[in-house]
Amino acid sequence: MSAPDRRELLRGLAGAATIALAPGVTLHVFEAQARAPDQKVSAKTRWGMLIDVGKCGDGCTACVEACKTENGWGGGTRSRTDAQWIRALTVRDPKTKAAVTLPMMCQHCANPPCVDVCPTGASFRRADGIVLVDKHICIGCRYCVMACPYGARSFVHEAVTDPKPHAPRGKGTVESCTLCVHRIDAGHEPACAEACADRAGGAMLFGDLNDPDSEIAKRVVRYRTVKVRADLGCDPGVAYRNL
Amino acid sequence: MARLVFRRIEQPGREYWAGLGVLAVLAMVGLWAAHVMELEGHVVTGMTNRVVWGLPHVFAVFLIVAASGALNAASIASVFGQADYKPYARLSGLIAIALLAGGLAVLVLDLGRPDRLIVAMTRYNFASIFAWNIFLYVGFVAIVAAYLVAMMDRELGRSDRWSKPIGWLAFLWRLVLTTGTGSIFGWLVAREAYDAAVLAPLFIASSLALGTAASIPILAACGRALGEPLLADDMLSRWQRLLAIFVAATLYFTALHHLTNLYASAHHGIERFLLLEGGGITQLFWIGQVGIGGVLPLALLLLSAPTMARLNLAAIMVLVGGLAQFYVVIIGGQVYPQTLFPGMEITSSFHDGEIAPYRASFYELALGLGGAAFALLLIGIGAALLPFLPRHPAR
Repeated sequence: MSAPDRRELLRGLAGAATIALAPGVTLHVFEAQARAPDQKVSAKTRWGMLIDVGKCGDGCTACVEACKTENGWGGGTRSRTDAQWIRALTVRDPKTKAAVTLPMMCQHCANPPCVDVCPTGASFRRADGIVLVDKHICIGCRYCVMACPYGARSFVHEAVTDPKPHAPRGKGTVESCTLCVHRIDAGHEPACAEACADRAGGAMLFGDLNDPDSEIAKRVVRYRTVKVRADLGCDPGVAYRNL
Repeated sequence: MARLVFRRIEQPGREYWAGLGVLAVLAMVGLWAAHVMELEGHVVTGMTNRVVWGLPHVFAVFLIVAASGALNAASIASVFGQADYKPYARLSGLIAIALLAGGLAVLVLDLGRPDRLIVAMTRYNFASIFAWNIFLYVGFVAIVAAYLVAMMDRELGRSDRWSKPIGWLAFLWRLVLTTGTGSIFGWLVAREAYDAAVLAPLFIASSLALGTAASIPILAACGRALGEPLLADDMLSRWQRLLAIFVAATLYFTALHHLTNLYASAHHGIERFLLLEGGGITQLFWIGQVGIGGVLPLALLLLSAPTMARLNLAAIMVLVGGLAQFYVVIIGGQVYPQTLFPGMEITSSFHDGEIAPYRASFYELALGLGGAAFALLLIGIGAALLPFLPRHPAR
């Protein structure tokens, strides 16, 4: 199969099918073909996420726990220095006291400030929109942590024991949500989205924003969504609904 | 004008050796602190995921900014043709290189992976002002070194054929360098305290003040080691006026920065924090930066008759104020929470929405002081090895 044919087929297979089970309860299944090791990442894809805050339960941390298990962070006792790849953020209106809780992590911006400021190019954006840190060339200057408008990056303050092979971590370097790039390349959705669909409200919809047939692309068009600090012009790949 | 004769500290006395010894011990303690930080990780510092740049950055930026300004005497002599400053030109080059080396040493040793310095020297992302700064710093050392050769070489130093154009290059380069250092903060859109182009000229004004201020006690110490004062009466008043102008310029740009922020209601939160409700940060701003580093030395410099002791006191006050200034900018700008949702309150397990606590650990202080000590050590050794000091300084 020629490369263009293969890409066509992949585009056809990729997508998220959503089955409505009952009002307020959705089960969505993400299906995609694994990327072959020799296959280049394509800019035709832009991975992103749509988070329906209305479906985030009070005190629910299913996505956070799933990320910890999948990527091997957490378990520390120093909340100010321990890494957090994703966190439950409570947003409260100071006047009405109305509050919502939402997951906050790397927003995988199209114009990521962390990538702009990194002196060595360790912070980089993959062609398909995933923002990553090359752990081999991160010198630990922390300029990206200063530059991220979302407070999404963590500096590893102490030695890491037993990192997962697919999520390398190291003392003295910076890390953040990888959008579970290893899972995406294997044809699966990120662990947080999967856990949210399986065990929580199904608030996180993952998919290809550039594919007009994907569920996420359709919903982004259909509903009013919000991107956090859109005024900064970073063009995040994560959008929020019902915020 | 009589031909200038330069000298070195030929017969270092007991005081010189004691001073050098103290500096060497401080530098070694700093190196040890950096070793512990690398071994144990930054968990031994007061830094957190909210305050990722701590006291070492305060010292590093202070030293780097002062380094650029320390070249004032040489620039005034070569670029602005003021021959009275020529006796201090060589020493100002030495101070500039040494302070930059001290600042860079702190910056590098505070990296999470200082062992990867070679990566920083071989891989560049030119969208990053940090990467540009690596070139600006290395280039500055090279240009000032060439400048010193042009001034000190027996053949080349006979005329200003070489020292003048290189002096011009060094002058322009240091303006760009300080702009680059200010832009590290000025180009950060993510934090309210920064994201202001005025930080670049503010850093330039600070560099002129701090570099001049740093040179004065060093000139005094070198004069002491030689047994004769290096700043004679007429030059005392000129240095005094020079420092006063630079301190006033720094105060002006500081006021401009805060007034501009106060005009935009989006920045009222950070300004209220820095100027009114920031506790230690607010005290450091008003008492340290504005009082000790600005108003008091300005009054001392403008209202009193010039003496070496008063000039020295004013210079040391300016230096203390400079440290306070960079503490307020670097630490104050980070402890204030980032705005993710304007107008809303946010909370999380990652301490969003909180004023972050920060207390520098001993290791950070040791590393910062070690960098400053290393710079002074280089100056002390340099002044004893090569003729950097003027023999007939007065005229």
